[in-house]
Amino acid sequence: MSNAIIKTEELRFTYVEEGAVNPLVLDGVSLDIEPGSFVAVLGHNGSGKSTLAKHLNAILLPSGGKVYVDGIDTRDEARLLDIRRTVGMVFQNPDNQIVANVVEEDVAFAPENLGVPPEEIRRRVDDALKTVGMYEYREHAPHLLSGGQKQRVAIAGVLAMAPRCIVLDEPTAMLDPIGRAEVMNTIKSLNRTAGVTVVLITHHMDEAAQADRLVVMAKGRVVADGAPREVFQRVEELKAVGLTVPETTELLWQLRQAGVDVPLDALSDEECAQVLCRLLAQEGDLS
Amino acid sequence: MALKDITLGQYFPGHTVIHRLDPRTKLIFTVAYIVALFLARQVVSYAILLALLGVLIAVSRVGLKSILRGMKPVLIIVIITGVLNLFYTAGEGEPLVSFWVFHIYAEGIWAAIFMVLRIAMLITCTFLLTYTTSPIQLTDGLERLMNPLKAIKVPVHELSMMMSIALRFIPTLIEETDKIMSAQKARGADFDTGSLMQKARALVPLLVPLFISAFRRADELAVAMECRCYHGGEGRTRLRQLKFRGMDVAALLFALVMCVGIGVLGRFGL
Repeated sequence: MSNAIIKTEELRFTYVEEGAVNPLVLDGVSLDIEPGSFVAVLGHNGSGKSTLAKHLNAILLPSGGKVYVDGIDTRDEARLLDIRRTVGMVFQNPDNQIVANVVEEDVAFAPENLGVPPEEIRRRVDDALKTVGMYEYREHAPHLLSGGQKQRVAIAGVLAMAPRCIVLDEPTAMLDPIGRAEVMNTIKSLNRTAGVTVVLITHHMDEAAQADRLVVMAKGRVVADGAPREVFQRVEELKAVGLTVPETTELLWQLRQAGVDVPLDALSDEECAQVLCRLLAQEGDLS
Repeated sequence: MALKDITLGQYFPGHTVIHRLDPRTKLIFTVAYIVALFLARQVVSYAILLALLGVLIAVSRVGLKSILRGMKPVLIIVIITGVLNLFYTAGEGEPLVSFWVFHIYAEGIWAAIFMVLRIAMLITCTFLLTYTTSPIQLTDGLERLMNPLKAIKVPVHELSMMMSIALRFIPTLIEETDKIMSAQKARGADFDTGSLMQKARALVPLLVPLFISAFRRADELAVAMECRCYHGGEGRTRLRQLKFRGMDVAALLFALVMCVGIGVLGRFGL
């Protein structure tokens, strides 16, 4: 067996309702998520990406196939807490995941549930809040914070469990651009400096572009899997499943369609600008 | 509507002696104070309790303003109680004022003053409790105080968890109500005019979406709590350990002395 922290094998899932046969929401998803990696899962509404997320710490159990977290089958109820403390989960709406009226008491919620001794809880809460840059706000009431700050508190609340992996289900969907940037920076630094495995579920191309690995989902299946730079070059395929590509790639692709010879793998704004400058310089030489 | 004025269950963070007391001490002290209020009969006892309350407010640094603001919703009840006491207390001797079927006696005036004072002081001291104790500490304290009830299968932990979550969501739901009201107003809803019936009916399109969203929130919160390994009260530890300190013992002794003292004063008709 590989050393993947999360492994899904032919995962299938359908919502069971009496007297109705529902279509498969997940239709044979097999993924290995390596420890320390930053994986983005991209997909349109209804692609099954959120349902996949909920399988990664046993909120939902597979209708068919298997999900292993650190080698534990998620159907093993006796080890539910081990699964949940290994893979933490952050949701879309920060308001609906904050339990307490004071920031630090909310962050303490998970370690309290795990029966961690008080001095250790104190240390973990302080560490988690410092990691997300919310330490100065530890005695504030969460409802007075901005969206981005609340979401960072929610991330700290999960970090305090000391998980090896964090799954974030569209954590920026309800935030303004500033809040989004705050949360994305927090997520990236978690992965880079703390070495936490990150699975980011999103429908924002620019967020997905920041990951090491990009998994594209459509209709409950994985349709593309690879480095963002490679995946985004498959513009036609992505468009076919109702996704767009980052604006930089879109621009280069349009140029290509118009018959201009440009590479498609310039993903960041700077790279794209360089490509265009070179192109314009060439044009200048020709004329 | 001034939804933001609701101060019920609001907490003002601080570091005064009163803030730092154990929540259990504060709960017991509040109950003792209420008992003393009902034992108080005459001017001296009331004066002592009122002075004590004044000192507590000053020490806690909770502004008198916020207490008065919190008192607003109960003002009508206080006034009605006062008026009823004024008119319906019969006294010995001649009434001071008499008109139609009403007779006001000196005793009535005293009864009204005492009753109004009693209610106002009762409310103020409970405000002082919620203003100086974070809701989590408060529910923690309640949970610990009610712990013996677990023996007779009272779900103490669940009750206190429910209470703290309810308190946590008050501001969130108020904000949401404001939003829905604005949305409805933008589409021509009228919440402020019309008869009482019409006003009540106007609330339906407000309450329905509010309830739906509350249920959705509850569902999401439950999942988020499960993700953070919540599995009931068993084996839970706490960030803040409740500890009785010297200060708490002193406060509790003082509460005892206060009750006995006021009781004794009452005996002597003071």
